This record gives sequence, structure tokens and C-alpha cells, in this order.
Amino acid sequence: MKIILNGKKKVFKNSLTLLKIIQQSCRQPEYVIAEVNGKIIKSPLWGKTTIKNNDIIELVSFVGGG
Amino acid sequence: MANKKNFSDPLIIAGKKFKSRFLLGTGKFPSKEILKQSLKESQTEIVTVALRRIDIKRHEENILQYIPKHITLLVNTSGARNAKEAVRIAHLARESGYGNWIKIEVINDSKYLLPDNHETLKATEELAKNGFIILPYISPDLNIARELVKAGAATVMPLGSLIGSKQGLKTKELIKILIDEIDIPIIVDAGIGFPSQAAEAMEMGADAVLVNTAVATAKDVVKISKSFALATEAGRLAYLHANKEIKNIAQASSPLTGFLYDKK
Repeated sequence: MKIILNGKKKVFKNSLTLLKIIQQSCRQPEYVIAEVNGKIIKSPLWGKTTIKNNDIIELVSFVGGG
Repeated sequence: MANKKNFSDPLIIAGKKFKSRFLLGTGKFPSKEILKQSLKESQTEIVTVALRRIDIKRHEENILQYIPKHITLLVNTSGARNAKEAVRIAHLARESGYGNWIKIEVINDSKYLLPDNHETLKATEELAKNGFIILPYISPDLNIARELVKAGAATVMPLGSLIGSKQGLKTKELIKILIDEIDIPIIVDAGIGFPSQAAEAMEMGADAVLVNTAVATAKDVVKISKSFALATEAGRLAYLHANKEIKNIAQASSPLTGFLYDKK
């Protein structure tokens, strides 16, 4: 399965949930906001959201800014 | 410093009262620990943050861990080049569960980083309708400011001068017009480089100031954050209580009678 995660191509052998991808990608998932194919996915739904081939995932969080 | 018991002159934004009129941006701080100390020293009650893709390799600690809960988070839409992108960022920010206060910042130009007032208005119109508290960052312009009020903006945030330039209030006369004509709070944002400039903005009647670079890049970040907060409060007190009359000839401060060498 091939996906675009934060603008970069990633390849996974098996199908995964969004929750798994977030857990693998960051240490503090509680601060992450997730979007799949332009649609915001609320955190309670991460475990039920299965990522498909060619999905575009954006994982964002707050940083310092003016 | 804002006295904890003194709520006699609050800054009110969207019905919420604040004692401090000093807003602090959180970018470019030497460390998150220094940011935390600066927040404490300045007693600021509103801070800006930005939204970015997480850095998958770095695993940095999140900034929110360093911002006390009583502080209102104002998420900027930096990185947005048009209204549509700003709206998307605002929706993502709200999803975080950390509030719906958004500083609309739409910038197309990488040299001067001047805000696009037209796209800012479009984003404000859409987001205010959807229940967001909108604080738009603009080039000071009365007509746009009036449109923003109509669109439901909670404040207007005119730039003092170019972002990060420390040039101070280059747009002073235009900001004065906004202060005179616009009934929602005017927060001077961008370009304030020194506490004296923050005091100047407040003394002329701005409701608050927002500073980031001048604090975050100071020699002693924590001490300067306090200095800015004090200057902001000093300027406010001067605006409320000073005698603003200026004279062209001297007015003696000491009594003009009873001199030691008087003959009589």
C-alpha cells in the first residue's frame, strides 16, 4: 500500500488504521490533528479509519508562531 | 504588571475579559522552557501559535505542554496564501479541541510579508459565520476594517511595520484612524521592536499589542517579556489618565513666588 504522509510517499506492506500510522509517526498523538484526503478525522475515529492505497494523510500540530 | 484583583479596565474580546493587554507570539524562542518563563513573567493571557505538519523524525515535545491552561490560545493561519487555505487551517485548529480563536493571516508576498487584506476579509466572512472568534491581521486600512467589523471580526490587528523588522509604528497615522473609527478592539501587531514602541501604541489608544520577534530574539528573553508587559501597561495608563495638551512655551513646574532672592 502506498500513501502520501505529510507530503512524502510511504509504502506499507499491510493495510493499516489511521491510529496505527499516527502511533508510528509521533510520540504524542494527543496533540495531533489528522486529515485524510482533505477531510478531518476526529481522534475517536482514528482506530476505525482504515487507510487505503493512495490516501493522502496530513498530520499536524501546534508549533511556536507569531 | 496587571494587578490580579484589578479588573477595572479589562480588555474585552468576544465577551471574554483579560487583565493583560500584552499578547505574546511564541515563535523563535530559544527554548520551550524560556517560553514558559516568559509567559509567567509577562503575565500574558493570550498567545499565538501556528499549525504545521508534524516532523515525523524529530519527535519534539509539543508546545502546548508549556502553555498554562488559563492562557487563551490564538492560532494563526500563517502559511495560508489565500482565504481558502486560511479556512482549512482554522478548521484543523478547532479540531484540536483547544478553542476557536483564530488570527487570520493571509500572506502572498515573501519579501515584505504584507497581509492580503482582500483574502483576509473573505476568510473572516466565512469563519465568523461558522462560530470562530476571528482576529484578522491586516495592513491598516479603514475601509477593510469596517468590512471586517461587518463580517463579524472580534478585533482588528493592524501592522505597525513589517513583521520582524522592529521598525515600530511606521503606520501610526493609519492606526490612529482605526482607533478613532472602529468600535472593536485594535491590537497592534507586527513590527514592534522595543518596549517604548509598545508604550507608544498603547498611549495613542490601541487596545493591546502583540509582540514576538523582539522578545524571542532579545539578549534576555524573560526579562524583555516583562519589560514589554510593563511598557504596555504604562502606555495604557497614560492613554487613560495623561493630560494630552502640548504647549509651545514653557510652563514652570515649581512655584513662581517666594524665591529666596526676592526683594520684597
